[in-house]
Amino acid sequence: MTGPPTRHRIAGLLGVYAGLGAVTACALFPILWALSGSLKRQAEISQPMLLPAHPQWSNYVEVFARMPFWRMLFNTILYAGCVTAGQVFFCSLAGYAFARLPFTGRDTLFVLYLATLMVPLTVTVIPQFILMRVFGWTDTMWAMIIPGLLGSAFGTYLMRQFFATLPIDLEEAAILDGCSPWAIYWRILLPHAKPAVMVLAVLTWINVWNDFLWPLLMIQRKGIATLTLGLVWMQGEYVAEWPVLMAASMLMLAPLVVIYAIAQRAFVSGIAATGFGGR
Amino acid sequence: MALVTFDSVTRHYPGADRPALDALDLAVTDGEFMVLVGPSGCGKTTTLRMLAGLEPVDAGQIYIGDHDVTAADPGHRDIAMVFQNYALYPHMTVAQNMGFALKVAKTPKAEIRARVAEAAQLLGLAELLGRKPKDLSGGERQRVAMGRAIVRRPQVFLMDEPLSNLDAMLRVQTRNQIAELQRRLEITTVYVTHDQVEAMTMGDRVAVLRDGVLQQCAAPRELYRTPANVFVAGFIGSPAMNLFTVPVVDGAASLGGYHLGVPREISSAATHLVVGIRPEHLQIADRGIGVEVDFVEELGADTYLYGTTVDPQTSQSVVARVPGNTEVRRGARLSLGFDVTALHFFGSDGARLG
Repeated sequence: MTGPPTRHRIAGLLGVYAGLGAVTACALFPILWALSGSLKRQAEISQPMLLPAHPQWSNYVEVFARMPFWRMLFNTILYAGCVTAGQVFFCSLAGYAFARLPFTGRDTLFVLYLATLMVPLTVTVIPQFILMRVFGWTDTMWAMIIPGLLGSAFGTYLMRQFFATLPIDLEEAAILDGCSPWAIYWRILLPHAKPAVMVLAVLTWINVWNDFLWPLLMIQRKGIATLTLGLVWMQGEYVAEWPVLMAASMLMLAPLVVIYAIAQRAFVSGIAATGFGGR
Repeated sequence: MALVTFDSVTRHYPGADRPALDALDLAVTDGEFMVLVGPSGCGKTTTLRMLAGLEPVDAGQIYIGDHDVTAADPGHRDIAMVFQNYALYPHMTVAQNMGFALKVAKTPKAEIRARVAEAAQLLGLAELLGRKPKDLSGGERQRVAMGRAIVRRPQVFLMDEPLSNLDAMLRVQTRNQIAELQRRLEITTVYVTHDQVEAMTMGDRVAVLRDGVLQQCAAPRELYRTPANVFVAGFIGSPAMNLFTVPVVDGAASLGGYHLGVPREISSAATHLVVGIRPEHLQIADRGIGVEVDFVEELGADTYLYGTTVDPQTSQSVVARVPGNTEVRRGARLSLGFDVTALHFFGSDGARLG
């Protein structure tokens, strides 16, 4: 272990913490500003103060009056839940196949699939829109669920890299124990891949939760809209009533924070295990 | 009755210039403890993996009992394997690990519990059944891996260097446990190791492999006493057998100025011979091979003398194992005598003569 702290070491640590503190402040400030804004009066919104003199909790009540918040929350959870489950399932299956099952053209196919990561969403969004119209799914829940359900290049890559690090002995032991490839995946590798699954699930959930472009293109009806749409529509209808908008943002953020708080430990260790940390 | 039979089994890895295993013929009898031994790359692990079904067979057949299992699924071969690093499922408890194969085979739960408990009792694992592999010591993991194999009551146990991850003391202890367990359960076992001490102490018979070719398969004592060729002679035994290449002139061979009593029927046929003698068969004597001692290793009970023959043409290295109380200094010149019956003769192709 290290010896007693020297003056030099303390100075170094102070520097590190100051740096980290600065970065944290930069990341947290906008959120604090929104939180403070959600408690202000409309007239106070541009005043540079974090704590308003009279917190306007009524802004939050107003949110529920102006948008079908619960309905939209339910929709968003439904979409995020379905897409996350699908992503985890299909990406881990595909990742397992790409990492372990021998078949002709496996590596070429993987590289090609991976290359689709480089294609920006804006390039594919119009063809996808047309596809949805052909299927008759525009302005339905299907458009929100199906396209994301069947996996993604990123998720497949993440899972493949993780499976590739698992010792091959585990699989061979399972083969000798009489497992089929499906049983190896389902009973041995997937339980073992919890850290990677956790990372993929949290990232996917956040992605769907925050997605705006795709719901904007697909959804017209309030009944099946997501929270992001609700937020933007509110802006249009009520000429940017900022305090209410910010209250709505805070409400939308809350479930994510709760999920992250619960999954945080697993998520962080997952990031380390999958090699996605900034090392 | 042969339980496991390799019939001209060959494995050629794509891109390799020689087969990893070349036309192996080997029969393991029922209840036998067969050890495959050889230096790394000799094909011993390949042999085991082919028997397990984890490696394809390019030519030849493998039989377990009367069944040709050459193309059978690993799960249908009625075998169990202990891996070098145990390959325990990290997310399962000891009990779940041990019972997993039975669960996959849809064995009733009560029977799984009973068989796991029985194996745990046998291996002293009863207290550990609820633990996960990460909470076990190396030796405990090794026993769980054994238990996982035992629970299945297979026809054949396969073991791939199961002791190589243990420290020296535990290895000796576990070595004896495994050998005893195998004798008690009377399950045919094929055991791979690179350690010749393991091979000699555990195996009913030992198969020595080199470069994919079976060199000799015999009981440990026979392997030691009558090695079939120069490779086996040099591989089995520690320190290794002294092997001298000597020219045969007029039907006689000599080394370090000392005449070796080579039988006429052996010397008449060759111009060169390889003569082998075990270090323990050399003693300091008045007459014998002239040797200069380079190095002395005192081990207490024994002393090893490392030297070179005093021979102007070809000086060759020699090891002698002499009693521990022998006092010899480095640089000393002495004669090493031996009994002619202790000599081994090999032809220039390496094969045993006589």
